[in-house]
Amino acid sequence: MTDPAATPSRDSEPSAPDAAAGVRRRSRQRRDKLQAIVFGAGFPILLVLLWDRAVAITGTRLVPSPYQVAVMMYDFTFGGVYDDAFSGTILIHVWKSMQRVYGGFFLAALIGIPLGMMIGRIKILRQLLDPTISLLRPIPVTAWLPLSMIFFGLGPNAAIFLVFLGAFYPILLNTMFGVRSIDPRLFEAAAMLGCSETGMFRQIVLPASLPAILNGLRIAQGFAWILIVVGEMTGVPTGLGSVVMDGRTLSRTDLVITGMIVIGACGFVTDRIIVAISNRLLSWSPQHRE
Amino acid sequence: MNDAPRANILSIRGVTKRFTLGDDEVEALAAVDLTIPQGEFVCLIGASGCGKSTLLRIIAGFEEPSTGEASIRGKTISGPGRDRGMVFQDYALFPWMTVRENISFGPRQRQLPPREIARTTGEFVKMVGLERFADRYPSQLSGGMKQRVAIARVLANDANILLMDEPFGALDALTREQLQHELLQIWSRTGVTAIFVTHSVEEAVLLADRVLVMSAGPGRIDSDVRIDLARPRDVSSPEFNQLRRDIAQRLTSHLAPSRA
Repeated sequence: MTDPAATPSRDSEPSAPDAAAGVRRRSRQRRDKLQAIVFGAGFPILLVLLWDRAVAITGTRLVPSPYQVAVMMYDFTFGGVYDDAFSGTILIHVWKSMQRVYGGFFLAALIGIPLGMMIGRIKILRQLLDPTISLLRPIPVTAWLPLSMIFFGLGPNAAIFLVFLGAFYPILLNTMFGVRSIDPRLFEAAAMLGCSETGMFRQIVLPASLPAILNGLRIAQGFAWILIVVGEMTGVPTGLGSVVMDGRTLSRTDLVITGMIVIGACGFVTDRIIVAISNRLLSWSPQHRE
Repeated sequence: MNDAPRANILSIRGVTKRFTLGDDEVEALAAVDLTIPQGEFVCLIGASGCGKSTLLRIIAGFEEPSTGEASIRGKTISGPGRDRGMVFQDYALFPWMTVRENISFGPRQRQLPPREIARTTGEFVKMVGLERFADRYPSQLSGGMKQRVAIARVLANDANILLMDEPFGALDALTREQLQHELLQIWSRTGVTAIFVTHSVEEAVLLADRVLVMSAGPGRIDSDVRIDLARPRDVSSPEFNQLRRDIAQRLTSHLAPSRA
């Protein structure tokens, strides 16, 4: 107080790192990052090699080799090999599927996050809705397929509804859990500093439960891509799910695997985007960083 | 302002508190009467379960008394308010806000002009000596620094009663001593009324104008000891030690019957 510069130095504070330690730390971080990439990419490459060997050794004709799938992938992307209905159509399928996946996902987030915050914070709502949610949640999304086709007809809306259902529960439950596990002292602290009950939602409930919400979004986007195949069973002509279903009908396993790989890649990229956003939003919380 | 006769800021009349624990009803506080003048530094001391934290939480407005009434300048306390600021033992800082944002939280609730919020915040960041750490998050601070932020957060909101629930209990001895010293400086500079719960007799005698010794089963105030030692106080002086022994004795004498 009297000497502000000297004051903090007495209680073992984190001090500014000296330059040499900073350089050492940065080079260690670089090595860590490189190692993560080598290991992370190395394992799938190993799996592909094993797959290739397994096909060659067993001589099966039911499962295509990685090379055949690669050719199919090339044709699916650029065309010019088979020149059939699927040649060079990847973008249209990815685009259609993304619309359905993100449509259902964002709809689930738009409803799930505010609803989860309110259920977590307001006891009456919890008593009113919690049993119903627990009752509806175990129902497999695939079981909703007939009803969703009755509600929304043949077409993309039924697919969006199914993706929505799959993404909704992880978002809702994680948000509820996040709100329920907020330290009650934070509400007391906010109240004594003059924060109103409505101001609490934006200023305390949302940021304090953000780690759990983002975790829910991450799980939900995984489910959303999982459900796109089921969603596109509802009689839509385009989309990665419909490509996989068509491949199955036509006994073109190379096409099925190509579709699987593209779905996996889309989910992977979306996951990375959510992780990047999480790291940015949660920079205050060391234990939530990846 | 320390020597003029002062108006009572807080008055507590016949406040009791009962909690239900399962089928049992526990009497946490039995009829407490207490008045505290503006600007006084009061320490509440007593064994665990004597209701000192409960009393503090009633003053803060986090708990309602079962009977009786607590009032600030004649106005009955009906909930938390910005005239009373609590400093918790576990800090209760908002972890997603920087030091500066934590301290400006109160002023922001009042929707003051941004310039004034920035000025007030800067003033209190400076008061607790955290200028260099203003843009850090609580997770990047030591315990002592976190508690400084918690104190500044309450003072920046114009609280005139500072409620402290064993605020230095989790700190190491050196940091604790430092913060006691700083707290006294802030207290004498701002004229804030302080109600400070502690387990430590030495801390109570060092800080307080007045020590309230509480006893458990059910919680009540047993003695009200005035500490008239000149400040800054010398913990090694005979007068200090006399008072310390005296209060320690009162504490243990209350413990004896409850053991029987």
